Amino acid sequence: MIKATYKTGLVFFPAFDWAISPTHPEREERLLYTQDQVLEEGLLDIDGIVEFKPDMINRDDIRRVHFCIPDEWSVITDSHLISGGGAKTIATMVVNRVIQRGFALVRPPGHHAMRVVHGARGFCNINIEAIMIEYLRDAYGIEKVAIVDTDCHHGDGTQDIYWHDPDTLFISIHQDGRTLYPGSGFPHELGGPTAFGTTINIPLPPRTSEEGFLYVADHVILPILEAFKPEIIINSAGQDNHYTDPITDMRFSAQGYAKLTEKISPHIAVLEGGYSIEGALPYVNVGIILALAGIDYSHVKEPDYDPDQLRQSPEITKHIEKVANQVMEYWYKVPEIKEKLLNQGGIKERERTIYYDTDNILENQREKVKVCIDCSGVWSIESWTDRGRRIYAIHVPRKACPSCEALGYEWYESTSLKLFDAILIQDRKNRRFIVKKHPM
Amino acid sequence: MIIGLDVGGTHTDVVLVGKEGLINQAKVPTEKTNLFDTIISGLQRVTQGIRVEVIERLVLSTTLTTNAILEGKGEPVGMIVAGGPGLNPELFRIGNHYYPVSGYIDHRGREVQPINPSEIETIASKLRADGIKSVGVVGKFSVRNPVHENQIIKKLSNGFDYVLAGHRVSGNLNFPRRIATVFLNASVQGIYKSFFLAIQKSIATMGIKAPIYVLKADGGTMSLEASMNFPGQTIFSGPAASIMGALSYANPRVETLVLDIGGTTTDMGILIDRVPLLEPLGIEIGGLRTLVRSLNTESIALGGDSVVRVKEGHIFIGPDREGPAMAFGGSVPTPTDALIVLGIMKEGDPLRAEKAMAFIGEALGCDPISAAREVYTAFCHMLLGAARAMVERINQRPVYTIREFLDAYRVEPQEIFIIGGPAPYFAPKLSEMSGLPTRVVPYHEVVNAIGAALSRTTCELTLFVDTERGIASAPEDGFYKPVGSNFSIDEARDLAVSLLVQKAQNEGASSENIETEVVEELQFNMVRGFYTTGKNIRVKVQVKPGLINGYRVELSKELSLGDVSNPMTVNPRRLE
Ligand SMILES: [Zn+2]
Ligand SMILES: [Zn+2]
Repeated sequence: MIKATYKTGLVFFPAFDWAISPTHPEREERLLYTQDQVLEEGLLDIDGIVEFKPDMINRDDIRRVHFCIPDEWSVITDSHLISGGGAKTIATMVVNRVIQRGFALVRPPGHHAMRVVHGARGFCNINIEAIMIEYLRDAYGIEKVAIVDTDCHHGDGTQDIYWHDPDTLFISIHQDGRTLYPGSGFPHELGGPTAFGTTINIPLPPRTSEEGFLYVADHVILPILEAFKPEIIINSAGQDNHYTDPITDMRFSAQGYAKLTEKISPHIAVLEGGYSIEGALPYVNVGIILALAGIDYSHVKEPDYDPDQLRQSPEITKHIEKVANQVMEYWYKVPEIKEKLLNQGGIKERERTIYYDTDNILENQREKVKVCIDCSGVWSIESWTDRGRRIYAIHVPRKACPSCEALGYEWYESTSLKLFDAILIQDRKNRRFIVKKHPM
Repeated sequence: MIIGLDVGGTHTDVVLVGKEGLINQAKVPTEKTNLFDTIISGLQRVTQGIRVEVIERLVLSTTLTTNAILEGKGEPVGMIVAGGPGLNPELFRIGNHYYPVSGYIDHRGREVQPINPSEIETIASKLRADGIKSVGVVGKFSVRNPVHENQIIKKLSNGFDYVLAGHRVSGNLNFPRRIATVFLNASVQGIYKSFFLAIQKSIATMGIKAPIYVLKADGGTMSLEASMNFPGQTIFSGPAASIMGALSYANPRVETLVLDIGGTTTDMGILIDRVPLLEPLGIEIGGLRTLVRSLNTESIALGGDSVVRVKEGHIFIGPDREGPAMAFGGSVPTPTDALIVLGIMKEGDPLRAEKAMAFIGEALGCDPISAAREVYTAFCHMLLGAARAMVERINQRPVYTIREFLDAYRVEPQEIFIIGGPAPYFAPKLSEMSGLPTRVVPYHEVVNAIGAALSRTTCELTLFVDTERGIASAPEDGFYKPVGSNFSIDEARDLAVSLLVQKAQNEGASSENIETEVVEELQFNMVRGFYTTGKNIRVKVQVKPGLINGYRVELSKELSLGDVSNPMTVNPRRLE
């Protein structure tokens, strides 16, 4: 009888009756062959691997993370509630020590969903990892969380959500933004002034293979994780770095993903992208499950796997070493720069344009954050879209100091509805979410 | 008339059932080392004074395979396993003649790596040299395409008595279970076949010419001939017999919890609208998980003769049994002793029963009657707790579509049926504690044999269609057919049902007893690039487990169900 070294839980929710559109990569068929492989390998019979039925998340779960415009039910479907619920179920089982590790093999994904949600971007509507983490914080008092995003695309949604949160370390490895959607995720993106250095980006050149991924794991991810000392490690386990993926240009493999999982040793993995539904997903998912459970995965290989053919060129190796050095150089300077930023104080503003590729919406944001030495600072976002929506969203952080808390409400009270469709305050400190709207 | 025979651990029950109801019944002790004599003497007892020509059907539920497996009496099996990538096939090593070989079929049934014929020849001659007579051949994804298993079997050529291919035992995915299932079937096939050939001969000499059936773990029957090739299907038919026996009394459109209370254990099962709930994949035996289709039954180590102990002021019952109750000459207190002290059961030695409860009372600090009441309550409490846990496990089974998720169907039993020796004594308390109507099944002491007698032939079929590859196949049944790109799910369903009916008839079903249902139906558009290239259809159909027509109605007509607080007594009509 095979026995798992780490008791591992799975939520498998392939949503066999849901698609963005019939021929969209995010369609019914996506996890069909993964399910075939998992069932045929008999993984669910292994002593120490258990399957759970997902819960559903509710509106309060979403409101800890997002400002959904015009409201939650307009931007999500039941499938999002179940996929988010799957992540929540796994997380609950981990913190209650029913399992040591868990994998939410769910769809649709979430790592491109940002704080303000007007629709879907990069196939994502709501950020299921963030919803899970903020639930853990409210329900179990978890503080320090690390997210390692190994999807091929930059996890710009998760980065946006945790940009101002010094308690959440977000590390993303992805194909260089100059060559792939969403075009962001460069080493200089290190977080807002009060959370400087808890956002880490490692862009990799196209055609990076096992060697390159494992190199940055050893030389960047692991040392930074080690220094941060998170209570819990989450892996946004996108699988589109695979050499057969149709929408990216990398050379990663099932063996590579299993090794990477073993190195990161996440408590919770959550499926993100990955659209090579026959050539990659069945093998990568089996590899990740076995690696999580601590079972020999050396025989898990794609039918056409040939490591020699996939090996990256010396130029790519050199490029990756350079990126890794640069990231670490920045990271070593973080304490010094952060101190400087905090001493400057005041209110920092930035303006951005966000494109929702899936729903074809263009959003403009004006963000301001109070640079506070006592807490991570109250922040607000003015958001208006090409569809004519205009809202004002305020966030009072969980550990807001009294003056930041008061400032949040002052912004809320003093902003007039004349300019906006709605004014929202997400008060995490007092667990409140208030919306001010025009009367219907 | 029909004979039903169920071999149990201590007793073997036999009934003779006619259209008018139960005609005769007998109980003979089970001789574990001589099952043959047990069966024949049971049959002789029940047919005493009967003209055997009127017997139309004979159904046997035996412990032969179960015992052979649990006692490790199976024969050695040569296992040839084509694992391909995934988990290391060494992890599933079973027996002393296990050979992983090359060859790999993927999830779509496409050949990725061919088999190596010379490798097979070498293994075959080695197996022959080792005197191996039974061989199992199992490939990964062989239920999607059995070509490798078939090629290997062809290469084995002669010199083996029994060769079983993995794709024949089930249409379900699960490579490790497929290996275990093939191994178990192959290891008991020799024993099974010689035993039942002898039984068949003896039955013939008794003048019984009726067709012989055996009961399977899924509560269905199959013809004895058909079972010779798949003896593994008869594992654990006992619990299935009891549940099938209870079935005819269940109310329609409700969910029924069935408890079969024995001396050492209680078996639990669920009926939904008179149809027994099945295990999703298959039975587990001796630590091996299989693809042997079975009813969803759970056994708990709690029975009338379980040992009662007191630890730190709390009562613990079971899991062990140390012989009979004290009232029947045993040496330790049991729930049966409590029943006697409370006057619920009027058998055994009341003084010895009282001594048993006095012993418990001493530890609890109360008189024997109070102690007996505590034991009685604790027993029912444990039983209901175990049943609730089982129902919860059933309700926690995952679903994979949003529709099923939102439907959130939950099993919630609305009535309890109890069977087995001590059944009448526990009914009132179980009812009081659960708040559910609790009924003792009529003829509860032989209801298992009645279940065996009346169960219909069941089987299952999985059809897999891949229009991109242009095939419809049910490898389990050796079916393969080219299909066009517009083959629809309706055509697939019709095809699956017609193949199923054919299969059921081959396994001994008469056409009026074939009630089919679709268990699973999934259809996916396969999109490659941005174009739909085909459809992937999976249809699983089954003959519903149930009772044969013409008997059930008559049987239940003469019986009115007792009210909740007043369990029925056993009063079978006998034919003089
Ligand atoms: Zn991606
Ligand atoms: Zn502050």
